[in-house]
Amino acid sequence: MSRVDGYGRIDRSRTLTFTFDGEQYAGHPGDTLASALLANGVRRVGTSVKLDRPRGITAAWSEDPTGLVQVEEPFPEPMLLATTVDLVDGLVARGLGGRGRLAEVPDTARYDRRYTHCETLVIGAGPAGLLAARTAARRGDRVVLVDDRPAAGGSLLGTERICGRSAFDFVADTVAELRADPDVRILPRTTAFGHYDDGFVLALERRTDHLAQPPRDVSRQRVWRIRAGHVVVATGAHERPIVVEDNDRPGIMLAASARDLLHRYGVLVGREIVVFTTDDAAYDAAADLERAGARVTVVDPRPGAGGSATHHARVVGTSATGSEDGAVTAVTLDDGTVLPCDALLLSGGWNPTAHLFSHVRGALRYDAELGAFRPGEPLDGGTVVGAANGTFDLAGCLAEGRGETPEPVARRTHVLWRTEGEPARQFVDLQRDSTVADIARAVASGMRSVEHVKRYTTIGTAHDQGKTSGVIASGITAELLGVPVESLGTTTFRPPYTPVAFAALAGRQRGRLYDPERTTALHAWHVEAGAVFEDVGQWKRARYYPRPGEDMEAAVLRECAAARTGVGILDGSTLGKIDVQGPDAGVLLDRIYTNMMSSLKPGRVRYGVMCGVDGMVIDDGTVLRIDDERFLVYTTTGGAAPILDHLEEWLQTEWPELRVSLTSVTEQWATFPVVGPRSRDVIGAFAPHVDVSNAAFPFMSWLDTEVDGVPVRLARISFSGELAWEVSVDGWHAAAVWRRLLDLGAPHGITPYGTETMHVLRAEKGYPIIGQDTDGTVTPQDLGTEWAVSKKKPDFVGRRSFARPANLDPLRKQLVGLLPVDPDLKLPEGSQIVELTDALPPPPVPMLGHVTSSYRSAALGRTFALALVKGGHARIGERLTVPVDGALVPVEVTGSVLFDPEGTRRDGEPSVR
Amino acid sequence: MQLIHCPWCGPREEVEFHYGGQAGVAYPADPAVLSDEEWARYVFVRDNPKGRFEERWSHSAGCRRWFTAVRDTVTYRFER
Ligand SMILES: [Zn+2]
Repeated sequence: MSRVDGYGRIDRSRTLTFTFDGEQYAGHPGDTLASALLANGVRRVGTSVKLDRPRGITAAWSEDPTGLVQVEEPFPEPMLLATTVDLVDGLVARGLGGRGRLAEVPDTARYDRRYTHCETLVIGAGPAGLLAARTAARRGDRVVLVDDRPAAGGSLLGTERICGRSAFDFVADTVAELRADPDVRILPRTTAFGHYDDGFVLALERRTDHLAQPPRDVSRQRVWRIRAGHVVVATGAHERPIVVEDNDRPGIMLAASARDLLHRYGVLVGREIVVFTTDDAAYDAAADLERAGARVTVVDPRPGAGGSATHHARVVGTSATGSEDGAVTAVTLDDGTVLPCDALLLSGGWNPTAHLFSHVRGALRYDAELGAFRPGEPLDGGTVVGAANGTFDLAGCLAEGRGETPEPVARRTHVLWRTEGEPARQFVDLQRDSTVADIARAVASGMRSVEHVKRYTTIGTAHDQGKTSGVIASGITAELLGVPVESLGTTTFRPPYTPVAFAALAGRQRGRLYDPERTTALHAWHVEAGAVFEDVGQWKRARYYPRPGEDMEAAVLRECAAARTGVGILDGSTLGKIDVQGPDAGVLLDRIYTNMMSSLKPGRVRYGVMCGVDGMVIDDGTVLRIDDERFLVYTTTGGAAPILDHLEEWLQTEWPELRVSLTSVTEQWATFPVVGPRSRDVIGAFAPHVDVSNAAFPFMSWLDTEVDGVPVRLARISFSGELAWEVSVDGWHAAAVWRRLLDLGAPHGITPYGTETMHVLRAEKGYPIIGQDTDGTVTPQDLGTEWAVSKKKPDFVGRRSFARPANLDPLRKQLVGLLPVDPDLKLPEGSQIVELTDALPPPPVPMLGHVTSSYRSAALGRTFALALVKGGHARIGERLTVPVDGALVPVEVTGSVLFDPEGTRRDGEPSVR
Repeated sequence: MQLIHCPWCGPREEVEFHYGGQAGVAYPADPAVLSDEEWARYVFVRDNPKGRFEERWSHSAGCRRWFTAVRDTVTYRFER
């Protein structure tokens, strides 16, 4: 056991049992998995990713590059750092050989997010951060203080004195003062992992993993989205190792980490310790470890440093002779001395933890005295204080925390990146198994930038993102290139500062909550009717209603036949609807649509096409004129929001003088097309007081009426070519009206149909779906809808572009119909189209276009397709080839209207008119 | 994520806004009299300065108003 009495802030009165690599061990509340392992004498945690070398714990907290474990119980999770896993009773973990394994059981924990705003956000509750928080709170700011440790205090060990008191008393008093302030929020176990523009910081709070019995109503982790007026980065510093040959063995760690393990957990990392340092701070660690019972030898190459016991030499190698776990047993000095030991502590100085300053493009500059990069020019809205700013003495940290300029303190760090030795065994990034030899190879390959060296060697790309290795890699690269390290710089720090689980980032937006689901007022009916749904944007739309034994094809053929020969009904409620009101409503619509809308009479309906200024179709649909100053614009389902935006943009930015207001009413109306030769019977029975004859209720007209006191709107609009009415009603009465229509239609075999049948019916008539048969490069002329382009209006959006040479090119892709010569062959949508051939020429084969829609038609008794084909209108009657899965399928080009091209059916079959 | 100052609502999260490109490109008074090249310039060609840029923004998930803002394309900073 390596636990020493009288040290540590663990609760020794209670014992926790845990399992590591199948062995059972005991620890105490307050331990991490790493401290408990070391306390039990377990020094080898796993093996390295490429070279299979034994590895242990090399640092005491999140900067550790090596101590990755797979946790199995209580919560399976791969690749966690043993140093940051709280010990709980029953913990089961095992060491890793570099890679973890994702859990195979579903993650049942809950993750969450919260938003908060404050004047001052302080990141880090060490001495500098605590004083910064206290200063801001006393000023009256709303303050958020986040800290990644379980308790405040940062690197304080408890042996220091602050303002004449023990450091921990000072910490306790300060925390108590902050806690008493209602405007201060303290978030322990919370890592600020990303810092973004304008004081935006993301922080991960770990809420339950340290609890023996986590409450079920508390989320496991929570991402805080903090917007702060001012961000104080007080994140401390990471000690920097010195690279020596075979520096990766278990038992080799940072000096301050060994000291931290002693004071925090009562763990003595060795009995016979060698400290290799070029910095004064390691002497404090040496003294503490000696006091706790270890024999400590200091090796320090700086002349005059240390006392008489100090070896003025350099460590150039380590050995593990006779060691069962591969841990260090001796070190070799450059003067030939061999020092037996069970731990080697390294200290090459300190790197300010300036990551969160760097995230927001804060420039770091090299400080030759520290051998480290520290924050340069301050940023608006943020300050860096304490060790993160390169101020390492306690008095200086306290002063910077108070917002004062500290007294300068001379440092005597001697910058030493590495000692002499075999480069292939001098590890720079222990997690990636990357060595000095790898850097040398990168430089020999011509790389001159640390960013390139990083990608080539993978140094700094592991879970720790190079917290201890990045600056050393810069230093060694500079040495090899023979340039000063300040001219080379260091790699850019990017979020996240520590790994964050995707589950935490996703929060509650998983599964059904990933994206909002929009359902129509009839959704429950569709579900009950056994509809198969499809996603149309966020909408859940009924695609078809299979009867027992039917597949989609059979169901759709049946639904299509019903609409063409009897009567069908569709839930078309997802169509976008915009209420356009105001004295200039007609003027606006005339400028937006390609055809005239202001001449539309109240009570009438007109189909319209909208283009962008480039003359390309962006949407189409029908427009109802309600009264002189009011129109109801129908958009496609997908166009509902973009077209409202489009109208608003023109109205606000180009024609603010127009007195028009626009409101989305998509959700306010449920709309049901009742379609087919028998639809008149159904609508006539539904609204017996309305004359539904062609003379009284002609195509493209509408009226408002009431049925049993429920206001309904009836409109003769057809998206199928058949006689049809659209019945519109508010959402509250939608289900009742729908059921009534079904009841009244039952004698006529009324058949509910879904979007698939709707698509087939419209395609048979050559009605394009914007976004399926068009792709933003298609004009109304290409679609064959020039009849909807006004010749009278002097201007409308897109008009001028119709005269551009490219728009007049006869070889533009145009919408046509395709009939496969084999009437049973359905072309896959997206298929390319080439000239008629029975053998493809060598590539590149000229492409003529592609299939945009393809179906099997009950009415035509065969398959058919719509396609965009170069010069397609002029090719009608020609044959072309569609390669499908290696076969060359001959197809005939036709006009796009394949069914009832004369339009005889829109007023009903002659026999039932 | 930046804070963008909506003239109607004050500072709001960047995700609430929709970018509208260069400001001050007016719809031509009479497109019919423009040459193809002049029209194409209006439809397709926009400035792309390094530095100060007058832009259109819409507070699309807020008050839905369009406004003009000046932003530095190097620093992303808005002038206020
Ligand atoms: Zn606004």
